[in-house]
This record gives sequence, structure tokens and C-alpha cells, in this order.
Amino acid sequence: MQRELRFQREADPEWARQVSERPGCEGLYSCLQCGACSGTCPLSIYMDFTPRRIVALVREGFRQDALRSRTIWLCASCYSCAVHCPRQIHITDLMYSLKREAMQTHLYPARLPIPVLAQEFHKMVGRRGRSSEFWLVLRMALRTNPLVLLGMARAGWDLIRTGRLSLRRERIRDIRSLYPATPRETA
Amino acid sequence: MSERETVRIGVYVCHCGTNIAATVDVKSLAEYAGLLPNVVLSRDYKYMCSDPGQDLIRQDIRDRQLNRIVVASCSPHLHEHTFRTALKVGGLNPFYFHMVNIREQASWVHENRAQATRKAKNLVSAAVQRVAFHQPLERGRVAIQPDVLIVGGGIAGIHAALTLANAGKHVFLVEREATIGGHMARFDKTFPTLDCAACILTPKMSAVRAHPNITLWTYSEVTKVDGYVGNYKVTVLRQPRYVDEDLCSGCLECIEACVYKQAKVPDDFNLGLSKRRPIYIPFPQAVPQVPVVDPETCIQFKSGKCKTTCIAACGDRHAINLRMEPKEERIEVGTVILATGFQTFDAHRVPYYGYGKYPNVYTALEVERLVNASGPTAGEVVLRDGRRPEAVGIVHCVGSRDENTHRWCSRVCCMYSLKLAHLIKEHTGAEIFNFYIDMRTPGKGFEEFYQKLLTERVHFIRGRVAEVTDWALDPTEEGKLVIRVEDTLAGFVRRIPVDMVVLATGLEPRTDAPEVRRLFNISCASEGFFLERHPKLAPVNTFTDGIFLAGCCQGPKDIPDTVAQAGAAAAEALALIDAGYLETEPNTAHVEEEKCCGCKTCISMCPYHAVAFVDEIHKSRVNEVLCKGCGTCVAACPSGAIRQNLFEDDEIFAEIEGVFSNA
Amino acid sequence: MMSGVYGYFPGCSLKGTGVAYEESLLALFRALHLGLAELEDWNCCGATSYMSIDERDAFSLSARNLTMTQKAGHRDLIAPCSACYLALRKTQDYLDRYPKIAGGNGSLTSIRAVRVRHPLEVLYTDVGVERIRKTVARHWHGGRVACYYGCQTVRPYSEVDRDHDPVRMDELLGAAEIPTVDYSLKTKCCGGSLTGTTHDVGVRLVYILLKEAARKGAEAIVTVCPLCQYNLDAYQSEIRRSSGERLDMPVLYFTQVLGWALGAEIESLGLARAISGRKRIAQWFQPAEKEAYV
Repeated sequence: MQRELRFQREADPEWARQVSERPGCEGLYSCLQCGACSGTCPLSIYMDFTPRRIVALVREGFRQDALRSRTIWLCASCYSCAVHCPRQIHITDLMYSLKREAMQTHLYPARLPIPVLAQEFHKMVGRRGRSSEFWLVLRMALRTNPLVLLGMARAGWDLIRTGRLSLRRERIRDIRSLYPATPRETA
Repeated sequence: MSERETVRIGVYVCHCGTNIAATVDVKSLAEYAGLLPNVVLSRDYKYMCSDPGQDLIRQDIRDRQLNRIVVASCSPHLHEHTFRTALKVGGLNPFYFHMVNIREQASWVHENRAQATRKAKNLVSAAVQRVAFHQPLERGRVAIQPDVLIVGGGIAGIHAALTLANAGKHVFLVEREATIGGHMARFDKTFPTLDCAACILTPKMSAVRAHPNITLWTYSEVTKVDGYVGNYKVTVLRQPRYVDEDLCSGCLECIEACVYKQAKVPDDFNLGLSKRRPIYIPFPQAVPQVPVVDPETCIQFKSGKCKTTCIAACGDRHAINLRMEPKEERIEVGTVILATGFQTFDAHRVPYYGYGKYPNVYTALEVERLVNASGPTAGEVVLRDGRRPEAVGIVHCVGSRDENTHRWCSRVCCMYSLKLAHLIKEHTGAEIFNFYIDMRTPGKGFEEFYQKLLTERVHFIRGRVAEVTDWALDPTEEGKLVIRVEDTLAGFVRRIPVDMVVLATGLEPRTDAPEVRRLFNISCASEGFFLERHPKLAPVNTFTDGIFLAGCCQGPKDIPDTVAQAGAAAAEALALIDAGYLETEPNTAHVEEEKCCGCKTCISMCPYHAVAFVDEIHKSRVNEVLCKGCGTCVAACPSGAIRQNLFEDDEIFAEIEGVFSNA
Repeated sequence: MMSGVYGYFPGCSLKGTGVAYEESLLALFRALHLGLAELEDWNCCGATSYMSIDERDAFSLSARNLTMTQKAGHRDLIAPCSACYLALRKTQDYLDRYPKIAGGNGSLTSIRAVRVRHPLEVLYTDVGVERIRKTVARHWHGGRVACYYGCQTVRPYSEVDRDHDPVRMDELLGAAEIPTVDYSLKTKCCGGSLTGTTHDVGVRLVYILLKEAARKGAEAIVTVCPLCQYNLDAYQSEIRRSSGERLDMPVLYFTQVLGWALGAEIESLGLARAISGRKRIAQWFQPAEKEAYV
């Protein structure tokens, strides 16, 4: 029989405080838990924790739950939550900061395509300055589940025949100027 | 300058328990003070404000012939008055006293003991130097005119007026609308007892009409306020109703006789849900029971070509006078009670809820009118097309608790939402859903009312509604308004189709509150409600003496609290009137006329219009009753001709020297 | 803009799946005698992916683009893709508000001198509904359309249009005699990249949008974002197979319909690039009967 009981030693309030100091996350402690964010979020019905529950978890310092959730990856950054929140909390920014932390600590589900896409995107643009949609999707599929390519075949074919699928590998000339040459703090 | 007798100063350093003593070394402070010039004795004591503490002062004045007192303790806001009284009882002029704040300005804001003590020493030294220059001053007295002006004829104004009138005072009750009654006249039943609002209100309204001590002016506004506390000269503009109140018998036949067989003008009392004629009475029990003619829609006014059947119906009473002019009344009152009330939040400002877009989204006040038997649908709760709703959603916190609109909680909406849930269910049998964030039911009988609603099987869903939409995902949602909400307690997102949505709109200050404020020279807080003098201990007083607040103009509240506040404001006014006079603070400015060159700089600078120009002598003069002692004119005068009691130059320079004495 | 020419940031999409957007945008601006100068050596905006990896890297990408825009002397930078628009706009705002992102040594500065703009807002503010009305060269004989604004043009910044119930696209199209429907889902998210990563979820969101547009009587959807256009356009046959409902709805860029109405060359509008609704497109976008080819 499963037991769900949380001991206070599992909570990390210091981490919660640290999250609240990240840019965009200032309103964390003002949350009323009203649920307007979840009510308007188009993806909340697919999430393991609704946006409101993520805020509740983060606020109480339940770091593992928040970072391992599927919620943060399903967030499409549509900003509906931020605009509806009566406390004007930038929930989207909170989701981004949790995504970054999950990436850095490797706490995301291994074959979940969304973080893999983000990593491949970052690598590609970091090297070439531009993204090439075809190669990006290909790399993501190869790293997660190559079979999805079969499902995408029809769409891919439609794009090719309308001249919308470029196989070129775009790049910029002055790649060195892409990132400023200064030491960077981790998010 | 009076002859300088030998100055003999007593210094008292208060421990204030550990509030001061924990950080400031009070013993060494007292020792230090004892060595300062002119100081005859210096003590430290645990609680100077206590009776024994004050006794010490009184005794020392007598025994040691002290003629100046310095107390180093808390803020003058708290105990300056206490100690000045102690001096008075001890036989000294109370203004031979100076208070040093070594708590809020030293022990409570610093942690380093040595530095805090040193600062306290400087402050005490400054006070000792200063107090030597203090002059004896007397408090002035202003007589209070016994009449009272009450602005606003809602339940707050009505209750205050009746209380004062019953106490034998003459009251002018000025109301902007054509009838008194305010918002309460629009309600159907009141929570938590479900008393009929009109049934409990109209007897009071009639009492106002009948009371010999109340002069009721409806359809009138205050346009100008001159004078000062105890002697306000107020100008009231009485708008023409075009029906003479003294001649009208209230038969209302003129309305029946109007050429408009069909009413065409949106009826404001019913919030536009029904129509009225150009000649109308706001509601059946209106007080005064006298119709009003609306010049913007009356044919006779617009074209001059009406058969004026109304005048004919009035017959030989001749009460209708379409040539009536606005009339100005000038009155003198001693005190004013502001009871101007509130307005409801405009639901158009939250477009997500579809108000104005979807016809079946209503505000709570509109639904009050629907539910009311004397309302536009004779008490039938129906949709715009006449159908009965089968499901109704009540959305809490519209325009409240929201950084995007208003931050505050409007206090009454949870209760009235429960009430409406009950009434709508009673009238229609529909399934009712209340969508709330928190249930706020603190008053007497309120929690029990909530329990009752729960047992009536009204749905209570904890989740703030994000959107009301007509987007249908399946056939059961076609033609309905869908509310998508997270049911935070059950733990999932739900789509609930309803026929009618009721928005529990919050309360906000009236749009013209700033103008009213300026007329009466009072303050408001950042959200716009009028500001009380102290949120806990003086909720009906303002910072202007003689002006009091009652009801929602001071902040959102329900009827019980409004009536209580109205009674409190009446009591405060009564206290002032029966005392007969007000004592003024002597820290006022005065012009040394020999030095005044008549440049008038001070007049334009004074925020309280307290300085006037005396043409005969071509000099400025300060009205000591209006003067608040802000010091602006004193600083601005280019000739240095204005002086201020308790802030004379020698006093200030002495204080400055004292502060630097340990530098 | 410098002497009537706007800086133009295409972004990766407009060179790939969204090429029809670029084609029609250029054609429309030509018809209105407005200049567009593509930013030299522009780099990817990072879209939403970069922000999931490294905040500073994400802002650096846009900072580079904005700096180059300023150096090129452009006062305005038009970014048609919603994600690019938001990335640039948010960078400006956040580097201002949170100096610690910039690293404290000023290496990443906010370029407030450049105005980041979206072509919808440029059309509405700089050109105006009246001028559109007067410039109509072809009279619409197609069906009613649903204007779909998507998310990132109207949230969180409302300079392009207000968040709830935006109307600028409707008004511009109305001025060009194109009738629009009352589309309640006009700002509901299309899922963005979810169709590629979490396919079922993404396609379901797309299905909802298409179905509601049809339910309200629209025969086409008009968009402002290349990812929205792709999502709504590319999966209709799949939706037909799984739901049995035949939608076949054209998904057009507002620059395509406006371009057509204002007389731009039809071949330059990228209409052949549509995947769904091709039959309707062929019917609606014919040249006017007595049109002279210039």
C-alpha cells in the first residue's frame, strides 16, 4: 500500500527563497492559490501538477516534485496564466527557471522530447547562429524515439512539396559575436 | 519678549519598560542631563506616562519650583497631551514643556547601545537648550455652531440624521439623487436574516421625512464649503425637479398621464433593465414622494410642443412647474458627516467574464433587481430571452483581490453571493454554482448562513474563474456559457456550462470622491476611500476636526457596520456640539504687521487658505483657527515677518546648537 | 524608421516553413510603398527553447540582433514571427528591469532606442484602417474568416493588440472588405512546438481551434505567426483520419489576404505553399475580372 506523507525534513525552504529571487519569480510568496492560472492554462489538463500546484510545491520547498514534473515541460509559454493572475505573478518565468534548473541537474525524464529539443536547439544555434528546422527535428527524434519520424512523414512530405522544407544548414558569418565574452553565472 | 526669570528645568528620562532602556543607557542619560545648563533636577523612571510618573512631575514642580519640563520618552503623538496636562495640574503653563522622542527615534531604530545613547544625549541636550526659550501660550476656543450637515442620504446618512435629530439637533440632509435610500433601496433581501431591505429601510426614510429637526434636500449637491471647524458656511445647489415639493400630493397621476404611453428611457434605478417615462419617480416608496421631470428626454423641454397632459392631470394643485430654476441655499453648520457611499465595480473592466458581450452575464446588483418583486421582471429571474435558467454560475471577487483591478477585498460579496444563490434557487430551482477563492463570512450569523447554503446543496467550487466563454466542446455545451475553472479542492480542471453568469462585483470609491474630498479638505488613502484618523481608535473621525465619516465612503462594509458607524459619527458630532466649543492648538503662525510689506507670498503658499489679506492696512493676517501650523508661510515670507508659536527662531537655533553639543 | 525603411528580422521560420509569410509580407509592403531592409547577418532569436536552457544565452541572442539594428541606423525592427517578436521585446524589458542578468558589467545592455514591432501593429498604427479602405483594389468574394492572433503577440505585452478580444486584425481585414466571425478562441494557444514533441497533445489543441472556427461559420483562418500557421495547416489530414471530421480549412497569413485585397501580384503571395484548403484558396484568390497585370 502506497503512503503519501511528507516530513518537514524533505522540504527545502531555502531553495524556495532562492527561487523567489530569480528574475520574474518575485511574486511567488503572494500566491493566493486561487487557481486562475490552472483554469486558463490550455495544457493544465495534461499536467501531473497544475500550475497552481507547482507554485504551492515550490513555495513549500518541495524541489524534487517540482523539478521532476512533466508540467514544466508541457508549458507552452502562452502567458495566459501570467495575464490572469490576480497577484500578477509571472508564472511563465517560474516555469522557465524550473526548466533550466531541471536541465542543469538532469532531473528531467530521460526520453522526454521537449527538453531534448531544447538542448539540440541550443547546441545548433550556439554553433551556427541559426536553426534549421529539418535537422533539429531529426536530431531530436533520433535521441528520443526515431519512430515518431514515421508519424511525421506525411507532414514532412507536405512541407517538401510546397517548398517549405529547407534542407540547408543555415549559419551566420560572425558567430563569435553571438555570446558576449564574459563569465556567466548559472541560472 | 517677557522678562527672563531664572530658568529651572526638570528632565525626566523614561525607560518605557525595556523599549528604551534595553538600547539606551537611561541612567547615564539622566546623569548627563543633570549636568546641562539650567537643569535643576534629572530623573529616570520606568514608565513616565503612568500616574506615579506624572505625579513625579507635579510634585517636582511644586517642591523644586521648576518652570520648564523636558520628558525624554516616546512619540509626542502618544503622550504630549498627557504630559502637558500634568504640567497644567502642577500649576505650570502646559507649553513650558518639550518632549524628546528617544524611542521611535533612537532605541527602536538603532542596535548599537553606545551610539544610540549618544544620539539620545544630543536630542536631550537640544530639548534642554530649546525649552528655555518657550513662552507661555494659551489654547484658543472656537464656538461650535449646533447645526449639522450630512452629505448623502443612504442608510448611513439616514441613520446619522435620525440619531442627531432625536437628540434635538437640527440636521441638513443633502442627497444628490431625487430620493434618499441609496444602494440599500435597490436590494431585495439582506443577509444573513433575509429581511426585506425595503421593509426595514422605508420606515426610516419616512421618519426622516416627518422629523421636524431634519431639513431634507434631495436632488441637491454641496458646491462650496467656506469657513472652519465649528463654523462652516456651505452652499448647496438644489437642482430643479420641475415639480414643486410643497404643492405635490404624491398621487403620481402625472406619470400615468404622460404622453409616452410606452416608457422609453432606460431606468437608472433598475440599472437599465427596464424603462421609464420622462416624468418619473425613482421607485414606489421614494422619499420625498414627488416626481421628477428629466429635461433631456421630456418633449416639452426638447421641442416645446407637448400636450403637457401631466400638467392637466395635476389639476388645480399646479405642482408641475417646467420653468423651475436651480436654487442656491446657504447654510451655517458646525459639523459635517460625509456619508456619500460607494459605487460598484464596472464589470466591463474584466472582459474575460464577458459582461457586455454575452447578454446573459449580469452583475450582482442587476440580479438584485431581477429577484426583487418590485423590479423590472416582477421578481422572475429570467434570461434576456425570457427563459428560466437551469444552471447559474456566481463568480466571486470580480474587481476585488486583484492587482489588475482593485487590491482590496470588498467584504460584502461573499455574503451577498450566498444570499443571491439562495434567492435564485428559491425563484428558479436552478443548479447554482458559487466559484470562490475564500469564503469570507465573519459576522454575526454569517457562518451559520453559509452552513444553510451548503445544506441547500448549492455547489461551492473553490477556484477563481479564469474565463466565461461561448466556446462549446460538445453538444451539451451548445448555446451555454461555459465556465472553465480549476476545482482546487477536488483536484482537477472542470468545464461547467451555465445559462446565466452573475458577477459578484466589488465596491469602489465613487468617481467624484476626489472632488468631495477637496470640497471638505479631507484626505483619502491610496485606494481612494476617505481616510479615517486612526484605523482602530478613530474610524469615524478625519484629520479635519468637525468632519466625520460614515458608511462605505470610508471603506467597504455591510449594513450592520454602516449603521454602527453612522451612530458613531453622530455621537462624535454630538460630543462636539454639546461641549459647545473646540480647543485649538496654539502652534499657529502670526504676522508681525510692522514687518509685513504686503507682498502676499504667504497667501498663495498656504495649503489651508488660512492667510487673508486685509486691504485696509495692506497687510496679511493669519486666521488662527484655520491655521494648522505647517510653517510654510513662516519659511516663505521674504521679510521674515511671520512667526510661529512653538517654532520661534530662537527656539529652533537653540535646538540646533544642542544637537551638535557633543560633536 | 530611417527614411521610410523598416528594419526587418525574418527569423529562422520565415526562411523555412513560414516562407509564405515572408513572401506575402514583402509583397504587401511593396503594395503600400513601405520599405523593409533585412537585418544583415541576423541570428536566431532562441524562441522558447533557449530560455529553457540558459537565461543569459537567450538574452544574448536578442541583444546581438538589437545592437546590430541600432548600428544599421534602424529605429524600428519588424519581427513577424510571434516568438521572435516576444524574444526581442522581452529582452529589452528584462535587461532593463533586472541588471543582474546583464552580469553587472554592462556587457549586455538593453537597446531601448530600437522599437521592436510586429507587422500587424505597423499596419494598424502606421498605415491605418482608413488608408487600407481607400487602397482596396480587389473586392473579396471569398468566405468569412476567423482572425487568429495566437499568444505571444498579445501576451504579456499588449502593444500589438490587447490580450482579451483583440480586434486590430479584424478591423484591418474589415477595411479590406473581408468579413470576419466572432472567434472566441482567437488568443488560445496552438501548442507551439508541442505538435513536434508531444504530438497527441499538440494536435488536440489544433483540432479544438479548427473545430471552433468552423462552428462559428468561418471558412478560413487568418494568422500572424508562422508556427501557428504550420500547426493549423499541416495536421488537418491527420485530424480527418482520427476524428472523421473533414475540415480542409485554409490557414492564411494576414499579409496574404491583405496583399491580395490591396492589389499585390498574386504569385508573390505564397498562396501555393498552403497544405490544407487548396481548393478554396484557388477559388478565392483569383485576380479581379478586369484586372490589368502591371
